[in-house]
Amino acid sequence: MTKRNIIPFGPQHPVLPEPIHLDLVTEDEKVVEAIPRIGFVHRGLEKLVEIKEYQDFVFVAERICGICSFMHGMSYCQAIEEVMNIQVPERALWLRTIWAEIARIQSHLLWLGLAADAMGFESLFMHTWRLREHVLDIIEMTTGGRIIFGSCRIGGVRRDISADTLDYIIKRLKELEPEFREVTEVFINDYSVQHRLKGVGVINLNDAHELGIVGPTARASGLNYDARKIGYARYPELDFEPVTETDGDSYSRCVVRVRELFQSIDLVRQCAGKIPGGDINVKVTGNPKGEFFTRVEQPRGEVIYYVRGNGTKFLERFRVRTPTFANVPAMVKVLQGCQIADVPNIILTIDPCISCTER
Amino acid sequence: MIENQELITVDETTLSSKVYGFFSEGYRLVQIHCTSVDAGFELNYSFDREYKFTNIRLVVDRETEVQSVSGIYWNAFLYENEISDLFGVKIKNIVLDYHGKFYQTAAKAPFGKPEQEERKPEEES
Repeated sequence: MTKRNIIPFGPQHPVLPEPIHLDLVTEDEKVVEAIPRIGFVHRGLEKLVEIKEYQDFVFVAERICGICSFMHGMSYCQAIEEVMNIQVPERALWLRTIWAEIARIQSHLLWLGLAADAMGFESLFMHTWRLREHVLDIIEMTTGGRIIFGSCRIGGVRRDISADTLDYIIKRLKELEPEFREVTEVFINDYSVQHRLKGVGVINLNDAHELGIVGPTARASGLNYDARKIGYARYPELDFEPVTETDGDSYSRCVVRVRELFQSIDLVRQCAGKIPGGDINVKVTGNPKGEFFTRVEQPRGEVIYYVRGNGTKFLERFRVRTPTFANVPAMVKVLQGCQIADVPNIILTIDPCISCTER
Repeated sequence: MIENQELITVDETTLSSKVYGFFSEGYRLVQIHCTSVDAGFELNYSFDREYKFTNIRLVVDRETEVQSVSGIYWNAFLYENEISDLFGVKIKNIVLDYHGKFYQTAAKAPFGKPEQEERKPEEES
């Protein structure tokens, strides 16, 4: 019988921007079991809600993650608005949709860069992140921040985007689109990328469903699920279909994100053509009483926000199930049987965000 | 309302059969979460099929051992370990049981106590 070794992977590892630990049980070069451990930087934010006023907690929710910050804020506001039955102005919903899609663009570019870095394709990594900077410029122009938007509030949004600025964003995205295509073509067509990702870390459709996987990871396995189709914000009025691939390997996960990048640009364009005028927020009075689960499609997949209010300004319970948390079982499963050299790529293509998970 | 959400209340004896029913019908396990309530713990199991969102709710006292559903939905092991580590809920027969070592917490079951027992709201401090 081949001798088994345990290789500790993380919490500090060159391929991991954030801490997660895996005990990789190996036989020669093959991983036979992966045992994850998290909680190194757990912040207990779900508990913090009990001593932080519900209106102020938007700022905390936004800081759950630096990459999906806007969508965390939006999910929290949406959950509270449902409990309190607040009618958010139309324009605010359109603005949320625009910011959510711009956030998706920068997140997918960030991921593509990290993937290139993990493969050792440094020039591709630098080009991808160079392009991401331009998207961050757009975010800064419209919100004042590059990472934390601070634009969502309960009852609407804090800032408007003027017609001129919106025109400029569309023009800028049009200018950037050929550059995005040039870089993403490398991810899709380059021999070395395909060699590193094709057939690696395969999750079939059945496993994707049974393991409860979400986001691009699930769609790469052919699972046609995208929480935007539930109908929050102004997605029901936009023309789009979930991007799916069928091979379920690391390459498919990469292709899904590339295609979603361009889908998001198209959605921003559609929003710009349809956004109405009007107020951007309503005054909120009273305290939440009741409970609601809201679901939002973050760049990494479906996030669940659960809030329960008891009529005071402090929520009784606040719960976030992040997409990464839902994808950890898939990571455990898919690492079984893989080669040790493929571990970084497999983990990265599932795109774990430990900051979200350690909420 | 963004979506209609169904809530079904179960007890310990019917939990497994109800969850198995969802599994048989092709539902995806979306999440499991726990809330510390006066009566003990409230466990919520959420399922989705074709964007239809349904919840199962189970309330148990603090000493009751809850049957794991990870034998039905394998991915439940992660949620159950989380609930066990953070709330101190006793869950038996988890397919991959970390025995309290999934999360690195300084205090045992930090979320287990009812709210505001140890710290007071900011306005009162």
